[in-house]
Amino acid sequence: MYNKKVMDHFQNPRNAGEMLKPSGVGEVGNMKCGDIMKIFIKVEDGRIEDINFLTFGCGAAIASSSMLTELVKGKTLEEALKITNTDVAENLGGLPDAKLHCSNLAADALHKAIEDYQSNNPSA
Amino acid sequence: MERIYLDHGATTPPHAEVVEAMLPYYRQYFGNPSSVHSFGREARRALDESREKTALALGAAPEEIIFTSGGTEANNLAIQGVIESLSHKGSHMITSAVEHHAVLDTMNKMSQKGCSLTVLPVDRCGMVDPHELKKAIRDDSVLVSIMTANNEIGTIQPVMELAAICREKGVLFHTDAVQAIGNIPLNLKEVPIDFLSLSAHKLYGPKGIGALFIRKGTKLGKLMFGGGQERKLRPGTENLPAIVGLAKAIEMATADIPGKSKAVAALRDRMIEKLLEKIDAIQLNGHPEHRLPGNVNISVKFVEGESLLLDLDLKGVAASSGSACTSGSLEASHVLMACGMDQQTAHGSLRLTLGHGNTAEEVDYTVATLKDSVERLRGMSSLYRDYRRQVEKKRNIGEEKTCTTKK
Ligand SMILES: Cc1ncc(COP(=O)(O)O)c(C=O)c1O
Ligand code: FES
Repeated sequence: MYNKKVMDHFQNPRNAGEMLKPSGVGEVGNMKCGDIMKIFIKVEDGRIEDINFLTFGCGAAIASSSMLTELVKGKTLEEALKITNTDVAENLGGLPDAKLHCSNLAADALHKAIEDYQSNNPSA
Repeated sequence: MERIYLDHGATTPPHAEVVEAMLPYYRQYFGNPSSVHSFGREARRALDESREKTALALGAAPEEIIFTSGGTEANNLAIQGVIESLSHKGSHMITSAVEHHAVLDTMNKMSQKGCSLTVLPVDRCGMVDPHELKKAIRDDSVLVSIMTANNEIGTIQPVMELAAICREKGVLFHTDAVQAIGNIPLNLKEVPIDFLSLSAHKLYGPKGIGALFIRKGTKLGKLMFGGGQERKLRPGTENLPAIVGLAKAIEMATADIPGKSKAVAALRDRMIEKLLEKIDAIQLNGHPEHRLPGNVNISVKFVEGESLLLDLDLKGVAASSGSACTSGSLEASHVLMACGMDQQTAHGSLRLTLGHGNTAEEVDYTVATLKDSVERLRGMSSLYRDYRRQVEKKRNIGEEKTCTTKK
């Protein structure tokens, strides 16, 4: 059902866990199946220095969260905001059609985390 | 890696004797049972013997058995057949909310075509209340279809009582016994069932073959038109190797049911006990007592079922889940929802169905593996963290209600 890359990210997720003092947090829930994804970011000098995720969801949701954190780490906020849902799925080498909505959660949660950071730091 | 098969509710491995019994009918005895010549007569003899064996295993007469392509077709034939044959009497049907889709979707289709349908609710354990059935029967009711045992949560319905109510009220009673045959004793001489569906691949036989029991004297319309096979109710050249396999499988499956069930139930109880002891925030779904000997269905809170299945599969354990994420439609299992479960609990549902080949060591390995998988996935779950924080504040986990326990 899932390709090797997806299974690798599922089995060995990158950056899973909670962040103690995040600069921004974004949480999104999936209306379709009830899954929840939470992204924590640490921003320094306009760059996402660290990122973590917590996900309650299917294999594709976990792999997408993991892939997103890899794509985002070290990027500027501007660059990070350009990351789309399709980027996550493409970097995973594709997902089954029924699972595309799971990868959407990841980018949405990231965008929310960035918004959260920006509202906490209006000057930034 | 050694693999452990815990998905006997999906299908069972065919017995070696069953496969052996089938092979000659792919090779030397390839005749068409309808042919007059010796090749045909050999095949006819095997067909007749298979029907006799199948009937004997159920306490039925050979002429009461119609071979079909499986449980799905048997269910369709019974339901659509009754609607056709009894259209003069009425068109009201009654079923339960936890039926297999082969029953529910057929009933829904019939109701779209103008029949009326009552879907009986179930209690938290998935049980139908016979009083509800009594109340639901009307003058124009023609068929009640309630499964003998549920495929997801293993709940065994009070079929004796339900069938007796229907007999008393003069309504035909069908039961989908696909999961029950070979697991619980059932003698059609003793229970007033009018139609019963079964499927060979759930009782260590081949796939794509099943049967419908039709009690003598009961009229039934048909789904397909063609030759005169199966009393014209199921035309088409018989799948003889599979029929021979079904007969062998059901003969073996119904020999010493109490002995075999006891062994499997012991493994089931061992698994349930260890799971509840070793993993926190889980619950047993289905009925605590009236459940299939091989069925374990639990909800692991704060973990999603598909990810649990994947993790278990990587460690060699094959199971299934009623989570929305495992279904193509992204809807949680209708069975769990009918039992009043909330979406999130249904999300972490896991079905482990044991069979004759499983051992106590496999049960222990599975429990340990499941514990590891649950811990890994909960480590990534925001919901579990929130829950642990709450628990640390005040220890109170879920509510326990009791179920109606019926004999
Ligand atoms: C309760 C029940 N009814 C019907 C079926 C369908 O049987 P078959 O696969 O032989 O069509 C199944 C099997 O999935 C089942 O568990
Ligand atoms: S998160 Fe539910 S299907 Fe992927």
